[in-house]
Amino acid sequence: MCRLAAITSNKYFSPIENILALETMKEGHDGSGLGLTLKDLGGEFEELKAYPILSGICSKKGIEVVNDYMKKKGFRLEHIWNPKIKTVKGIAPRDHYFARVYEYPPAYKDKSAEEKEDLLMNTRLALRKIGEPDESIFAFSFYPDVITLKEVGDPLELGEFFGLDSDGLKAKIIFAQGRQNTNYQIYLYACHPFFIQGYCSMTNGENTAFVPIREFLMGRGFPGYIGYNSDSEVFTHILHYTARQLGYPLQYYKDVITPLKPAEIEARKDSDALKLMKQSLRPLCIDGPNMVIGFTPDGTCFMVQDSKKLRPGVVAGIKGKYALMSEECGVDKAVPKRDKSMDIFPMKYDMVIVSPGAEEVKVWNQLQG
Amino acid sequence: MEPASGLRLDHNHDLSLREFPYIVRWRDDRCKRCGRCTAACPVKAIEAAVKIQRYVVSEGDSPAPKAERKVIQIVEQATDMERYCVGCGACTLVCPNEAIEPEFNPQNKLLHYKNKGGEGYKRGGRRNDPAISTLDRLKFTRISMLTDPALDAGRHEFRLRTLLGRILPPEELPLKLVNGKLIADKESGRFIPPVREIYPIMIGSMSIGALSPPMWEGIAMGVSYLNEVEGMPVVMCSGEGGMPPRLLKSKYLKYFIIQIASGYFGWDEIIHALPHMVEDPAAIEIKYGQGAKPGDGGLLMAQKVLKLIAGIRGVPQFVDLASPPTHQTKYSIEEAVAKMIQSMSMAWGFRVPVYPKISGTRTAKAVLNNLARNPYAAALSIDGEDGGTGAAYNVSMDKMGHPIASNLRECYLDLVKQGKQNELPLIAAGGIGKKGNLAANAAALIMLGASAVSIGKYIMQAAADCFGDEYNRCNLCNTGKCPRGITTQDPKLYRRLDADKVAERVVETFKAADVELRKIFAPMGRSTELPIGMSDGLSTDDKAMAERLGISYAC
Repeated sequence: MCRLAAITSNKYFSPIENILALETMKEGHDGSGLGLTLKDLGGEFEELKAYPILSGICSKKGIEVVNDYMKKKGFRLEHIWNPKIKTVKGIAPRDHYFARVYEYPPAYKDKSAEEKEDLLMNTRLALRKIGEPDESIFAFSFYPDVITLKEVGDPLELGEFFGLDSDGLKAKIIFAQGRQNTNYQIYLYACHPFFIQGYCSMTNGENTAFVPIREFLMGRGFPGYIGYNSDSEVFTHILHYTARQLGYPLQYYKDVITPLKPAEIEARKDSDALKLMKQSLRPLCIDGPNMVIGFTPDGTCFMVQDSKKLRPGVVAGIKGKYALMSEECGVDKAVPKRDKSMDIFPMKYDMVIVSPGAEEVKVWNQLQG
Repeated sequence: MEPASGLRLDHNHDLSLREFPYIVRWRDDRCKRCGRCTAACPVKAIEAAVKIQRYVVSEGDSPAPKAERKVIQIVEQATDMERYCVGCGACTLVCPNEAIEPEFNPQNKLLHYKNKGGEGYKRGGRRNDPAISTLDRLKFTRISMLTDPALDAGRHEFRLRTLLGRILPPEELPLKLVNGKLIADKESGRFIPPVREIYPIMIGSMSIGALSPPMWEGIAMGVSYLNEVEGMPVVMCSGEGGMPPRLLKSKYLKYFIIQIASGYFGWDEIIHALPHMVEDPAAIEIKYGQGAKPGDGGLLMAQKVLKLIAGIRGVPQFVDLASPPTHQTKYSIEEAVAKMIQSMSMAWGFRVPVYPKISGTRTAKAVLNNLARNPYAAALSIDGEDGGTGAAYNVSMDKMGHPIASNLRECYLDLVKQGKQNELPLIAAGGIGKKGNLAANAAALIMLGASAVSIGKYIMQAAADCFGDEYNRCNLCNTGKCPRGITTQDPKLYRRLDADKVAERVVETFKAADVELRKIFAPMGRSTELPIGMSDGLSTDDKAMAERLGISYAC
């Protein structure tokens, strides 16, 4: 069972905070990897919020391919961030870890946000396709104001490896996953958090309904619904599908992945819509033990449970800084000074939503709608 | 000089018992000559006979053998192929002394001789192949262990329900956002097809006429009980031949799928009952084919067309009722499928799902794709080669048709390719529970992509003790002489069958299957929805089969 540590704040903070929280939950990850997604970036990225950032890992050959490809597509490189790699025993460094900030191609200057998002995603997928066979390129995200870092190893050691303790890399929302590999082979594309067009999620669990969900998503005709090296990637894509593609408000994500029973639906004011949704989105119903933490493009963070609440999860903090974690000890590390009586342990019908800037926390109850 | 025909002393043109599929083992020492066996035999394969027996006796102190003769009464098996022993075992059942039993003879040459008068062998039942079917070679190998704890079949809540009806793709749902909430946009004018939530095991089409009154009534009562008392929304299909008018006008109609087939039997009565219906039926099934006898029509023999049946079907008594192989008024798939679906939908104001049933065939995908483009098509039912029938030529049953597993799978994967796997439910039938593994076969088909499965022969065996099996046992359904009283209209025979008992067994069968389905899905970590298409849970020990079905190979 992986351990998850998400923090959302109105101030910039270092990802080392998430890593230290993960360290307190160490029995839950086995050194098979760390995934970090940072949103609403500070430091050197604070002035570059409008520009898309390509995050990934490349071999020496891969970086040349990336440069050529991006140039060919009209992207102009604005800025490069590379972690200052320290040698840490047990972690084999790859050639290039990077976050590269680009200017959109001139033809896209006046295009809509959706068109720009599609361009970014298709570019990321093209790079992935080129680099996947020989593992020369890993492209994790390509989106404005978002950076993704992933590597195999113990989270604390990886924090040191990437020099995150001394680097000025900061953000207002940071998701971190300490991996307990259950995907048979340790592979970077199987590492959470997963990101697509502003939507991100990480999961602590095992999705037994993975195959039918994957097949349904892949049948939507949307090019971004590929990959699926982890059964948890579908949670991100379901979020993207319901919120962006179908335009449903965020709370309906819960209704899609864990629909209510017929009698419970009847009690909801939007029962007519729910009944139709339940039928049409039946293949996206998840199963097995799963706790999902995610964020949306506006910076809202949330936590939901599977329909039986078979995994732990807690949301707690103070106004301006909230932690969404697998375990209480992680929250204690991230936000020690808080009123613990206000800690929220979402149950099977709950969706805990933290508003952008960690302003307020709401528990949306599925039964009440 | 040659003896006249039939008087040959060498009996050269007679058949020996070794040619017969069942040899009756009769025990002289146990038999008390009560005659029950010969009276019960549905085909008169055994008869009381009088023989002269020669025996040797010796009396006195020293051996002095002498031959004597006495008249004895025996039970003798006929060597007439028209009266061959079908192995049903009705004789054994009525014998008070366990003195008689038919024994299967694997060397039999039934098919060589069962064609008297140039008429091919006709029978009921299903394909005579006792081999392990594909469905029984599928195993559930994705067991939740530690990384994802298995669920508790007894404690956790399971939702074993499925949807019957055309389902709109999410992109086309008429929803609008009002104050942060989605509401159904009733002014959109978008047609929302009717959808029923049903139990994933259905009872397939067996008509009144093919079945005896107590059998049909027993199943119907069992189904109603499952719905009303057990809360299990099991539905059954009427088969071709209408339904009793009182039932059509009753509140129980909602548990029934009414079938229309190429003979349109019973539809005059159904249409006349329409204005008086207080409930809509669960669905309408348009039968284009049957797995047991693909490309063949239905036939209800004249001897089964008694007053009750004639009344329901709207025909004279005692005439052969043949349904043509195809719907004679239709000349193309557009006519046959699209117009018929629309006509039937219109009859019930588009409130009832209407779907076609076809026999398993290599061309199933062509039908499927036609339906996928028809927004009124509610489902596709595919009946595989192991399905049963009340009457068909043996050659149709044994040699025609397509196994259900790969047929269903390729259709499901075709829908997956189009992203329509949730829009058009597939119903799989044909050989489910052939070896008794109802829940396992149903679960396997569901995980290959079926939304529901349909059973017929199994429920006759489980609920009414049908003798039939894949060694051609009994299979007399076509003759109207069913020794169990299941497929007969002869009151002397169907009096044997207790409708209440049948209903009780239907309920027990479904409740047991429900428990077993949980015992399959719980260790696989599935409980919130039916695992339709969860092919990663299945394995087989045959590599070619695994490749064809797109599942894993395990040995």
